[in-house]
Amino acid sequence: MKISARHREGITILEPKGKITIGVGDVALREAVHEALDAGAKKILINLTNVSTVDSSGIGEMVSAYTTVTHRGGQLKLVGLPPKVQDILQITQLITVFDVFDSEDEAVDSFEG
Amino acid sequence: MAADSQQVHLAIASRLENIELVQIAVEASLGQLALSEDTSHWIGIAVREAVANAIKHGNRNDPDKQVEVDFGIEDDTVVVRVADQGEGFDPKSLPDPLSPDNLLRPNGRGIFFMRKFMDDIEYTFRPEGGTVVTLRKKLSPSSKAEGGDQEEEEQG
Repeated sequence: MKISARHREGITILEPKGKITIGVGDVALREAVHEALDAGAKKILINLTNVSTVDSSGIGEMVSAYTTVTHRGGQLKLVGLPPKVQDILQITQLITVFDVFDSEDEAVDSFEG
Repeated sequence: MAADSQQVHLAIASRLENIELVQIAVEASLGQLALSEDTSHWIGIAVREAVANAIKHGNRNDPDKQVEVDFGIEDDTVVVRVADQGEGFDPKSLPDPLSPDNLLRPNGRGIFFMRKFMDDIEYTFRPEGGTVVTLRKKLSPSSKAEGGDQEEEEQG
């Protein structure tokens, strides 16, 4: 799993590609979020368009990222959920926790501050 | 479909990267059943969770301990057994991941996923040590890929 990072209007956009699963993708996501935070990012958007699979460790890592960013006074949001990732968020009821958007423009506009 | 046409037995060392090997084997077997992509995906996730738990919690990542996976079809039901060499646990002691207190916990959803994506999940504890989790998923017509039964219907 690869994660690329880019910046747009003061927002760090992380784009994982592949599986966010135990032992590989979950660790990569954690590292990417921590790198962004260490670089001073306060607004992080994870674009999940190219994610094929999320398992319980992957969803756990997304929750950890959310709580870590929030505790540091930042915002973390999601965009481009493939149907199976959307299903996972529904099943776990985490859809009520995350701010989720269909389009990147909409997500970028939603960040406060 | 012959009752034992897709029998697979795997024994892997307890390394997380070996989950991919199991997934490849399971997907290859499921691929012969003309299941819908969704059904195959969710069965694959459930098997991944079972193997991950066996490696991490059962065998505590000890590569000298094995995880055995048996995959097969019994009476139109996908049956997967995952056995570890660990000390076992009490399945009733697991917290509810949907409870508001647990919603933001980073872990504790593996068995929940297995229950969600399969019809039945059963734990047995072997007297000699080790836990066996058995996952079952009945193959209903909706499990099949669209058009998967077309040929049979036309012939029949």
